[in-house]
Amino acid sequence: MEIMASIMKDHILQLLKEDKRIDGRGLEDFRPLTVETNVIEKAEGSALVKLGDTQILVGIKVDLGEPFPDLPNMGVITTNVEFVPLASPTFEPGPPDERAIELARVVDRGIRESQAIDLEKLVIVPGKLVRVVFIDVHVLDHDGNLLDASGIGAIAALLSTRIPKVEYNEETEEVVMLEEYEKLPVTRIPIPVTLAKIGGNLVVDPNFEEEQVMDGKITITTDENGYISAVQKSEGGSFKLEEIAYVTDLAYKKASEIREKIPGL
Amino acid sequence: MMGKPEGLKLIDENGYRLDGRKKYELRKIKMEVGVLKSADGSAYVEWGKNKIMAAVYGPREIHPKHLQKPDRAILRVRYNMAPFSVEERKKPGPDRRSVEISKVIRGALEPAVILELFPRTSIDIFIEVLQADAGTRVAGITAASLALADAGIPMKDLVAACAAGKIDGEIALDLNKEEDNYGEADVPVAIMPIKNDITLLQMDGYLTKEEFLEAVKLAIKGAKAVYQKQREALREKYLKIVEEVGE
Repeated sequence: MEIMASIMKDHILQLLKEDKRIDGRGLEDFRPLTVETNVIEKAEGSALVKLGDTQILVGIKVDLGEPFPDLPNMGVITTNVEFVPLASPTFEPGPPDERAIELARVVDRGIRESQAIDLEKLVIVPGKLVRVVFIDVHVLDHDGNLLDASGIGAIAALLSTRIPKVEYNEETEEVVMLEEYEKLPVTRIPIPVTLAKIGGNLVVDPNFEEEQVMDGKITITTDENGYISAVQKSEGGSFKLEEIAYVTDLAYKKASEIREKIPGL
Repeated sequence: MMGKPEGLKLIDENGYRLDGRKKYELRKIKMEVGVLKSADGSAYVEWGKNKIMAAVYGPREIHPKHLQKPDRAILRVRYNMAPFSVEERKKPGPDRRSVEISKVIRGALEPAVILELFPRTSIDIFIEVLQADAGTRVAGITAASLALADAGIPMKDLVAACAAGKIDGEIALDLNKEEDNYGEADVPVAIMPIKNDITLLQMDGYLTKEEFLEAVKLAIKGAKAVYQKQREALREKYLKIVEEVGE
């Protein structure tokens, strides 16, 4: 461990003995959260999320394309995350590293497994032509807990998405985009909630300094129907079964608080 | 999860699964330790139709050097699937799935290894999936943990792993490929059994809190059975050495 991180860890652990955190929050408090949608006019949907000093911009682009051969009656969603170097001295230019890939896959799972988007409604010609939804997460400022900010941004951006209606001419096999717009069929609102383990303590929504010294973390994505759609223990460290039960309960509670801050809900 | 074929039942009216197992039954598991000559430690695990080889190199000098840590070793994990390991040929090299799995496996093994003993070095773990049939990450962790022990690397405990999931609306142990494809959820878990520490936990699917916790508990039970097999495999290796020396 770097020297500064080791001094910081002692300090953070000392504070945690009295249930205090380095930025003055309680163990179960999120940082202030704001979500603003429709911030990029050229994108079909977008959201800017500020979680404390962490800033994430999510853009949604929607194209027409072919479905997967084994899922002819479903549209396609893909999630990509870029850790652009302007966001942190720890980010370097280049293709997504393992952190960005893991983050994208957990956000994707949360949305896909809850069937938050009704993919069957994205089919134009079964087996041939469907809508392809690209969820692109751009990290702008990294002050910790990028996963929750990205997941919140992704679902907020999807809710804000408007796509042109299309008409398909079976004889000419041509697709005509209409001037009329419709919403994406978003049916559920999955929200990820992450807790970090530092020493024997669990803290929700870890900031950058806490992430530097944590042993590991766990993310639980839940929807408004009381279902879990993704779980990911990440980095090192370990958890007891009782801690998993506690984290799950807190994830439901925090997710319902966060849901109220999403525009248009 | 893929669209389930019409009428396919994963659990029949007598409670048997497609491969003849009961709900809480593991697939057949075979383990062997010290199977490779070049590696510092190695293990081979057959788990149902999964065939997994793991090797450990290290502690050894790190390349590139800037990765070295002044106070401990670093652990590196590469999970890789052979192109012929699955039905449709897998393009060689890391895809996004392998990158994520390598990262979570590292997180699952790291708490067990006493890295502080070997500053400025790396311990490199290579997991090769030779044949895949769902549950490769838990089989890979199980094999890697044995390979670490075989390499003589000090550990707080072995790491044992197993998955549980939901098929036809019921929580079941150790899903095979068909069950994973057409089931409702998969929950891989790794533990350090001595202290019941959970070092890997993922969930892919759609479960209530009760179902999720039931699956975690079931997977822990499975991992404990796997742990016994790991200990037997290690004991067998040393018994063999004793016999050879005795001769």
